[in-house]
Amino acid sequence: MTEQPNSFKNQPDERGHFGQFGGRYVAETLMPLILDLEKEYRAAQADPAFKAEFDDLLEHYVGRPSPLYFAERLTEALGGAQIWFKRDELNHTGAHKINNCIGQILLAIRMGKTRIIAETGAGQHGVATATVCARFGLPCVIYMGAEDVKRQSPNVFRMKLLGAEVVPVTSGGATLKDAMNEGLRDWVANVHDTFYIIGTAAGPHPYPELVRDFQSVIGKEARAQMLSRAGRLPDLLIACIGGGSNALGLFHPFLDDPDVKMLGVEAAGHGLDGDEHAASLLGGVPGILHGNKTYLLQDEDGQITEGHSISAGLDYPGIGPEHAWLKESGRVEYTAVTDEEALDGFQLLCRTEGIIPALEPSHAIAAVAKRAKEMPEDSIILMNLCGRGDKDIFTVAEKLGVEI
Amino acid sequence: MTRFSSAFSAPALVCFITAGDGDTAANLDALVEGGADVIELGMPFTDPMADGPAIQAANLRSLGAGTTTADVLQIATDFRARHPDVPLVLMGYANPMIRRGPEWFADAAKKAGVDGVICVDIPPEEDEELGPALRDSGIAPIRLATPTTDAARLPQVLNGSQGFVYYVSVAGITGKQQAAQASIEDNVARIKQSTDLPVAVGFGVRTPEQAADIARVADGVVVGSALVEIVGEFGKDAPAKLKELTSALAAAVHTAQ
Repeated sequence: MTEQPNSFKNQPDERGHFGQFGGRYVAETLMPLILDLEKEYRAAQADPAFKAEFDDLLEHYVGRPSPLYFAERLTEALGGAQIWFKRDELNHTGAHKINNCIGQILLAIRMGKTRIIAETGAGQHGVATATVCARFGLPCVIYMGAEDVKRQSPNVFRMKLLGAEVVPVTSGGATLKDAMNEGLRDWVANVHDTFYIIGTAAGPHPYPELVRDFQSVIGKEARAQMLSRAGRLPDLLIACIGGGSNALGLFHPFLDDPDVKMLGVEAAGHGLDGDEHAASLLGGVPGILHGNKTYLLQDEDGQITEGHSISAGLDYPGIGPEHAWLKESGRVEYTAVTDEEALDGFQLLCRTEGIIPALEPSHAIAAVAKRAKEMPEDSIILMNLCGRGDKDIFTVAEKLGVEI
Repeated sequence: MTRFSSAFSAPALVCFITAGDGDTAANLDALVEGGADVIELGMPFTDPMADGPAIQAANLRSLGAGTTTADVLQIATDFRARHPDVPLVLMGYANPMIRRGPEWFADAAKKAGVDGVICVDIPPEEDEELGPALRDSGIAPIRLATPTTDAARLPQVLNGSQGFVYYVSVAGITGKQQAAQASIEDNVARIKQSTDLPVAVGFGVRTPEQAADIARVADGVVVGSALVEIVGEFGKDAPAKLKELTSALAAAVHTAQ
């Protein structure tokens, strides 16, 4: 670790760089729009009316603040640190994704855009985007890898019920990165009227920053709730990472609390020793894709390789640039858990707490199970339970050999 | 005089195909024999997000055939040996270009006889990622200007550009619709007021008629998807078809006035 900065919260710089990561690596056609978006975001940040509307929608439409919950039986079952959950799976639409979508659609409306596009992997971001588009009466096109359309059919139906057009993407591996390529192709052809609601803290500046800011409501609430309920800050934060927005949302407000450790959990798929994983930070190297410089799964020629995870929401070959920077700075520790460990975590939470988690945070649960045992009973782990598992029961049934 | 300044001394035809898609050497020779003045050689990438279906498919065919960066550079080296005077441009995306470091890439491209590089996803704001290495090696960084590049932004795009300016005539992806002629004329005139570099116009140009219209107002016409489609459709029989289309395009460009 090199010399510590005064604050871990002062990134990115004015050019959108988090250390060597981030930036604005887009085609010239998109550059003016990206610059406009940044200008509009700065204006929105300075506008109390924008924040008031955002807060109001989060409270009355999304259902925030989400509860902070002490998982007593899971704590007992694991024997070690106290385990607390930030219950973002209780949000409207069942995941943290909606926080960001509310913020971005308000920006889109401010900018006078009349058409919304988005990419989705597991479908959670697609559902959240379709939801806010229905709420504000804007037409919505969702790009989704054809493989994911198959894996996540309930979410496809939800998006359609909400009035969105779902376009299956067949190019490449037909998963999240290909959906993002198609989203960018649509955007470049429709810059005049279209706003691209990116679902994670990645893409060209200012997306990583603004998605993080909108998701930071998670950590701001959790920090205040923890102080009020436990009288102190947690010892360890844990969150799963695909692109990394739920983790950043939880971590960011705690970054300058030196006694709070943080652990990001990537998807190890079938194991980090092979190619079948989606752990960009642990198994990738820095490169440029989808508008930003960050850790990527790629071969020696810079061709992007397909991520694999049991969770469609995690199998993206990149990661938000701020995580890349937090890894290099040493502020956040990163680990990975396999499909099998995540399935165990999924079942553990179902049986000990009566909560069916999404497969994405099931990865975080698996990491909690490992760490809690190594920590004293008076220590506190706070995990972001960022999505509920209704969408995943078919995948889980298949893995468990059950026909439903 | 550089190869570029000779090529653009009169309206020039710029032809694009993807490296490693089909018999690239034979296809490149056919383009030159047909009358191409500048060659753009596409470096295949898994995620060509600025490209339409035709060039996406070409990228996948090439990678599916196992094309590596070393293969692309060898194709360039061999082309330079056969055609010492035809300007050669590598066009592609940032990640394969910077994978071994920008200096490595610039040096390897220079040794392969490459004159210029177009990197789709490095705008002027991120120039230091690749631009200095290219300029230091004597390779022209060729920038894209688009209909969304307004007057305030144009100087920034032109600053550090070398070789020629590639005017992307439509806000969109490659191979789709063509822009209205009036819009092309206005924008090319606007760019030419701000630079002495030649201006070539591309995106959506498929026919000799379109090419002739553009050649009347610009220094060059870029044709890509229409050629790449021929490579995809005709495989080993592509060279004759490529030469046929290129000859018609070249005649239209070279006689336009």
